[in-house]
Amino acid sequence: MSRLLCLILALACGLFAAPVCAAPADTGDALLLIASGRFPDIEKGVALLARSGDARTQAIIEALRDGRLAVAADKRVVIEGANGSWSEAATGEALAEAPPSPKAVRLNNRIRRAVEAALGALTLMAPDAAARRQAAEAVFRSRDATALATLDEAIAREEVAGIRRLMGEARAAILLGDAGASDLQKIEAVDILATRADQDALALLRAAAAQGSPTVREAAEGAITAVERRLAVLSMLQNVWYGLSLGSVLLLAAIGLAITFGVMGIINMAHGEMVMIGAYTTFVIQELARTHAPGLFDWTLPLAIPMAFLVAALVGVAIERGIIRHLYGRPLETLLATWGVSLILQQTVRSLFGPTNREVGAPSYMAGAFDLGGLTITYGRLWIIVFSFAVFSALIVALKATSFGLKIRAVTQNRRMAASMGIRTSWVDTMAFALGSGIAGVAGVALSQIDNVSPNLGQSYIVDSFMVVVFGGVGNLWGTLVSALTLGIANKFLEPFAGAVLGKILLLVFLILFIQKRPRGLFALRGRAVEA
Amino acid sequence: MTRRPILLAMLDGKGAIFLGVLAALAVLVPLSNLFLPETSPLHVPTYAVSLLGKYLSYALLALALDLVWGYCGILSLGHGAFFALGGYAMGMYLMRQIGPRGVYGHPVLPDFMVFLNWQELPWYWSGFDIFPFAALMVLAVPGLLALVFGWLAFRSRVTGVYLSIITQAMTFALMLAFFRNDMGLGGNNGLTDFKDILGFSVQAQGTRLALFVATVIALALGYGVARYMVTSTYGKVLIAIRDAESRTRFLGYRVEHYKLVAFTVSAMMAGVAGALYVPQVGIINPSEFSPANSIEAVVWVAVGGRGTLVGAALGAVVVNMAKSWLTGALPELWLFALGALFIVVTLYLPKGIVGTLAERREKRKATATAKTAGIAAEAAE
Repeated sequence: MSRLLCLILALACGLFAAPVCAAPADTGDALLLIASGRFPDIEKGVALLARSGDARTQAIIEALRDGRLAVAADKRVVIEGANGSWSEAATGEALAEAPPSPKAVRLNNRIRRAVEAALGALTLMAPDAAARRQAAEAVFRSRDATALATLDEAIAREEVAGIRRLMGEARAAILLGDAGASDLQKIEAVDILATRADQDALALLRAAAAQGSPTVREAAEGAITAVERRLAVLSMLQNVWYGLSLGSVLLLAAIGLAITFGVMGIINMAHGEMVMIGAYTTFVIQELARTHAPGLFDWTLPLAIPMAFLVAALVGVAIERGIIRHLYGRPLETLLATWGVSLILQQTVRSLFGPTNREVGAPSYMAGAFDLGGLTITYGRLWIIVFSFAVFSALIVALKATSFGLKIRAVTQNRRMAASMGIRTSWVDTMAFALGSGIAGVAGVALSQIDNVSPNLGQSYIVDSFMVVVFGGVGNLWGTLVSALTLGIANKFLEPFAGAVLGKILLLVFLILFIQKRPRGLFALRGRAVEA
Repeated sequence: MTRRPILLAMLDGKGAIFLGVLAALAVLVPLSNLFLPETSPLHVPTYAVSLLGKYLSYALLALALDLVWGYCGILSLGHGAFFALGGYAMGMYLMRQIGPRGVYGHPVLPDFMVFLNWQELPWYWSGFDIFPFAALMVLAVPGLLALVFGWLAFRSRVTGVYLSIITQAMTFALMLAFFRNDMGLGGNNGLTDFKDILGFSVQAQGTRLALFVATVIALALGYGVARYMVTSTYGKVLIAIRDAESRTRFLGYRVEHYKLVAFTVSAMMAGVAGALYVPQVGIINPSEFSPANSIEAVVWVAVGGRGTLVGAALGAVVVNMAKSWLTGALPELWLFALGALFIVVTLYLPKGIVGTLAERREKRKATATAKTAGIAAEAAE
């Protein structure tokens, strides 16, 4: 591989005669210097190597750093590989037999520093863009003045705009800390760093504002306020984003409840367990895919969504037919009976799958992140937000635009009238409860991606879900949406000040007080339905 | 209509049996523990005395819950919080009694504070080394919380399911708060490793018996208070509120005041129950606040029979005995059994054990009187 690279580089040299690979002669000289054994010469050799741009440079300097570079008795410079093999330093060719009495090249601290700087600078010109990016960031952090020359050269040659900007920032960082740089250079550096606008840049600017000459200081102070403002905006946006993400999780968990509790008025304490069943359905489907069809792994989540809906909806039908049906009009008893159901479901799952957390993997499109104007956005969160809004819209459509939805609304508004119109109210009850449960199951598919899949999964969402529904106003899906997003964002904004747990406590206290003030939630239904 | 003396009115048949059983327990259990040889089948070992004491403190909690749920229609899913607060007040007293005998040997600070590098006792710990103050706090802290919470909730007419949900949120919030180390109450681990209560070692046989008897007395007193409340005129209004809140309000009663009194008294009873629970169990930690605990207490009341007081106490003891036995013998089955209990009781036994028995007796009495009336009528012909 490296030889192929060398060949390509050599060809490139031949074509453009660029200084990149004017190398072999330089490398030879450098190796001679290194072989001399005198520290100052070795240091010079390292510097020469670093400038040479030879493809072998990195291997040689790394070997030097690790103490694997040796000088044989015949003055050849060799590299010791793994398990005692040897290779020629200049060419990388493996040696058939061990060289005569090789002596490792000794290092002192000066040389070590030179080696580190050379390695950092070297990767600045690596052919791999990711490596160059990393190197530029490393230089930015180390602010090593010796890298300046290489950096200038790398900037001149860099073709990717993003990396060139990073290198420019690294250069600015070096100049700003460099006593030798002129004020003009420093002010220019301040401007460049001001555009970077993150905590690192802020620290550098603060340091410059503390010590530089008056003009630099002024420029730095101006830049600091600009950066701080930008950072504040950015952190606010980040909070909003995290809040949206948390809010959409809350929405997912609560939306099924908005049907069963909000629309039908059934207190279903086993709602959390429906979410858990959805998550375990995902787990089972992934396990099946792992053992039978590994190629389908990425399809397990889309496949799990209808399956989770079905499984949870069937369990919902069983609960409604078996228990809740007999308790209509007795909400407190319904609460207790469904709590009993939740205990039984938890223990069933615990007996079947064990009490420990189960691993649900993330498909490839859920992994990773991208950068949006300084905001880091992970695909996992993005998908969950998109998904929860999709589920919400589907539900709205189902309720507002289908005949089934019409029947549900008719039955909840006036049961006897609906019955007189020929609607089978008991069937509608069952189907509506199945719909709510099924949606909880679908939520479980999404939550399996961000939470531990354990028998207790549902328990952690039950209080939150009820709070969301009650806060939003019972019987009002839009209220649930607003309330979930509000609570999610409020939670994330409280966290920096109060910490995660205290933030949550404050929010609960706020909700308790809010319910006192508006017992029917943010968007209360008006009219006769309220008294029902 | 002449009014019967209040004490007689309070003491119906069930109540007499209940108090009789309590009195017998208070006398016989210590006697058996102290004087019967260990080989005797009637000997009650000391650990069993504490276990029984634990059940009876649960019974007091159930009694408190029945007062608000059975007679006032307030289904509180947060009574475990009052129980735990009373327990924490007692636990703080017991922690202060440890003094310099902790693992770190600090003269004032409890071990967990030394461990967390606290320099001095937080202000809310002061006074807890004095028993009367701690005892007062056992009543005051849950009582005050219930007063404030109830005042807010009842004033704005939060009722039914909504009230249940916010009481659950309350205990959930408290659980999260007590889990925090910064709270200064032991965080995760809670308060434990107690040594003395009122100068007597909590491990000693005599102390355990005394705690047991104290629990029996507290339960009897709690029953007395609750029974007095529900048989008085006040109690009649309470029942009216349970059955028709709006109508009672329109009749001119300040419904929220009645509810608030019942809720606060009930919370204080729960606090006492917690305070008696802690020294007998030897630990109090934040999981006592978990919503599941509170709702489990509700099922004790439901099993025994809501609105009967005696039934609540009976339910607590029966369910907890079953729990101790099942979690020992078949731990897998306990949650199935508890879940099934919730469902069966609400579906098939809505009046609970005591309520169902009472109903059956009433029916028998009714048929008997009908029969005698029939015979009398025949004789008259």
